[in-house]
Amino acid sequence: MPALAVAASSLILAPDAFANFITPKSGGSPNANSIHTLYLIVLILAAIVFVAVEGALVVAVFRFRAKRHPVAHQTHGNTKLEIGWTAGAAVILLILTVVTFIKLPGIVNAPNSDADGLNLSASLSQPSPPNGKKLDICIQARQYIWRYTYGSGCKDDSFIKREPYSFTTMVVPVHTTVVLTIQSSDVIHDWWVPSLGGKVDAVPGYTVYTWFKATHTGFYHGQCAQLCGTNHAAMVAYVRVVSPQKYETWLGHQEAEITTQNDQVQQLRQILTSENQLGN
Amino acid sequence: MATITSDPVVRPVPQILAHEVIAPRKTKRWVDWVLTTDHKKIGIMYLVLTGVFFCMGGVEALMMRTQLSVPNNTLLTSEHYNQLLTMHGTTMIFLFVVPVWAGFGNYFLPLMIGARDMAFPRLNALSFWMLAFGGIVFYATLFWHPPDAGWWSYPPLSESLYSPSGGQDAWIFLIHLTGISSLLGAINFYVTIVNMRAPGMSWNRLPLFIWSLLVYAILLIIALPVVAAAVTMLLADRHFGTHFFDPTDHGSPVLWQHLFWFFGHPEVYIMILPGFGVVSEVIPVFSRKPIFGYKAIAAATAVIAFLATLVWAHHLFASPLPIVVLSFFMLSSFLIGVPTGVKIFNWIATLWRGSLVMTTALWFTIGFIAIFIIGGITGIFLAVFPVDWQLNDTYFVVAHFHYVLMGGAVFTVFAGLYYWYPKITGRLLNERLGKASFWVMFFGFNATFFVQHALGLSGMPRRIYTYQPGLGWSTYNLISTIGSYILGVGVLLTIINIYRSLTKGQIAGPDPWKGNTLEWFTPSPPPVNNFDEVPRVRSVEPMRDIRRQVERQTGVIQKGGGSEQFARSS
Repeated sequence: MPALAVAASSLILAPDAFANFITPKSGGSPNANSIHTLYLIVLILAAIVFVAVEGALVVAVFRFRAKRHPVAHQTHGNTKLEIGWTAGAAVILLILTVVTFIKLPGIVNAPNSDADGLNLSASLSQPSPPNGKKLDICIQARQYIWRYTYGSGCKDDSFIKREPYSFTTMVVPVHTTVVLTIQSSDVIHDWWVPSLGGKVDAVPGYTVYTWFKATHTGFYHGQCAQLCGTNHAAMVAYVRVVSPQKYETWLGHQEAEITTQNDQVQQLRQILTSENQLGN
Repeated sequence: MATITSDPVVRPVPQILAHEVIAPRKTKRWVDWVLTTDHKKIGIMYLVLTGVFFCMGGVEALMMRTQLSVPNNTLLTSEHYNQLLTMHGTTMIFLFVVPVWAGFGNYFLPLMIGARDMAFPRLNALSFWMLAFGGIVFYATLFWHPPDAGWWSYPPLSESLYSPSGGQDAWIFLIHLTGISSLLGAINFYVTIVNMRAPGMSWNRLPLFIWSLLVYAILLIIALPVVAAAVTMLLADRHFGTHFFDPTDHGSPVLWQHLFWFFGHPEVYIMILPGFGVVSEVIPVFSRKPIFGYKAIAAATAVIAFLATLVWAHHLFASPLPIVVLSFFMLSSFLIGVPTGVKIFNWIATLWRGSLVMTTALWFTIGFIAIFIIGGITGIFLAVFPVDWQLNDTYFVVAHFHYVLMGGAVFTVFAGLYYWYPKITGRLLNERLGKASFWVMFFGFNATFFVQHALGLSGMPRRIYTYQPGLGWSTYNLISTIGSYILGVGVLLTIINIYRSLTKGQIAGPDPWKGNTLEWFTPSPPPVNNFDEVPRVRSVEPMRDIRRQVERQTGVIQKGGGSEQFARSS
């Protein structure tokens, strides 16, 4: 009984209960917004087809019961009608194809950063906005955590360059085109923060790319979308969007902290080695 | 006697047209069942066995739904949850929906084409026992460590490094055993349909259910060797040191995805096409008019089968593939919507201006169409690959394929059950209980799965064993769980109905529904030899022709078996 009461109250009281009932999440980045628009176009066409076909079915079932319609009309078909609805279905799908290809560049291609975004220099790795200026972040997926390495060297020589990194929560500047380079080191994972765009499989052995450009500061929730083992449900990903100034402060702080801790580990290692406690 | 059997069409219809061949029983009854090669007994064993697996898969589903009913639930551990989702998917696909059509096919294929048995009766028995052993091998893992890499078993997760337990190997053997079972069955169906049709039954007089079984058989023959090869490669990776799918040694996990879904997508149509066939049989019978556009429906079945082999990579839209490949698979997936739409339009046109006798079988058929329209439309959303980047691997996909497979295929299984149960057992299922079961299932189904679209749109990925509160998922999940129990009650009502009607059901007679096809020409249940004499077939609806000819010659309107008694009007 209490369980029922809880159930009923959560149905009525839940404030965000009916968020995203008919459309996907969006609002964080232009690619997510474009997918949202494309989805809406599909939805409108789908709604028309749904109402027409379900309507015909319901009318047929109510109007032609044996009681109301005792004599069945004996017909074997109607070629014109059949060709008509085959063509009709094809036309609707043709419209969807055209719309998809119109919207595709806005979803796939990264745009330039805004003027008030992070100040960046051009780089050559793909994919790239028209002016080549982007923030590179490499994502390393592994059971069951996301590791983010910041900076243009993240792909090739992050150890040599000692690029700063963080786990689980990614911090990015607003109005800045962020290009993600995604790899996995064990099983297949899937990078997905719904409000910032579509998902990308992180398949071991492959390097894949995606991008987003946060439209405003905020905090976004996402999580691994491909079954990756026991703790799949716990493999969450957060993105914290801050102003470019705050981003640079955070990055400096992160870098300093990593350096300090590396130095401490180094010192500890030296002490342990000199005391011969690390074995051979 | 000879004069009568040479011209069977002039006799009143509900008359015994075949005689039981009675051999003195030498063995125990259960030995009879184990050793049988009779297509009807094998068909019944298929239906019972797959029915048991359906119930087990259903219980697994209810356990998962219960775990997800509230956030941070601790009813199940994540290990158990992953095992359950793997068992549920594998059971429903390999041990229920595919073989249940083999069950209906075995029983009705020879009867509907006027044959006395399948072409290869012993091969038929082998098919069944392979399925049974596959199921046993798979479910035996319950006592050790069930597989937990999902029913797609994507490597590297399914490789021995990440899934060391024997459960994964049991899964591989299940695919092999049920695969061989289906392959042998498919060859048998194909040969039987091609060679053993009644005199006069040309291809354009073949019942549409048989058309769908023919295409089902061809698709199985095309798709199954591919998955058999794939799981053999996985087995070799796991135990014999190969690296087909191991990225650390130049293997590719994406290769598995291609191979698996090259099988996996035709599999979807393998599961739904015979259901379409049932719908194409049930609707004309209870609309009391011929099927609208017979040729279009038969052709659409063949076109779907052809396109079904060209759409597999729409399961890989989030995998590393170039845009041009994604575009091709979007277009091919759109294309397959056209023949599917044609079928739906033709069914509605058959209902249109008919004289509908609202039996439970027809209700399940109409419920199927209503649900399948939604599943078909959400399929178009998923085919648009940029939209799929948001929806793939979320509950939206879970909702979509349950709309086509649970509300789709399973509802047609139930329609077939209510339609053919009287032929199999000689007794009718209770219509009142049947309709109650339908409405409870229909409501429960939509309550369970409709909100799952919203869950996916709100960002909930599939295959997570729990979630945090405050993400906007809790309410939808609770509704879905409540719906799943209602759905379970609906299924339970039919199970009770099946059990009760075995002994208490009304006697059916040979043709309770005024059927169109030849299975209604023989007594219920049919004798071992099916027919003494097979009538010459002159149209798609041989039984209707016979009924008309009797009316012409005797001047008496045939009451058929009296299916009108089930109409609400009388």
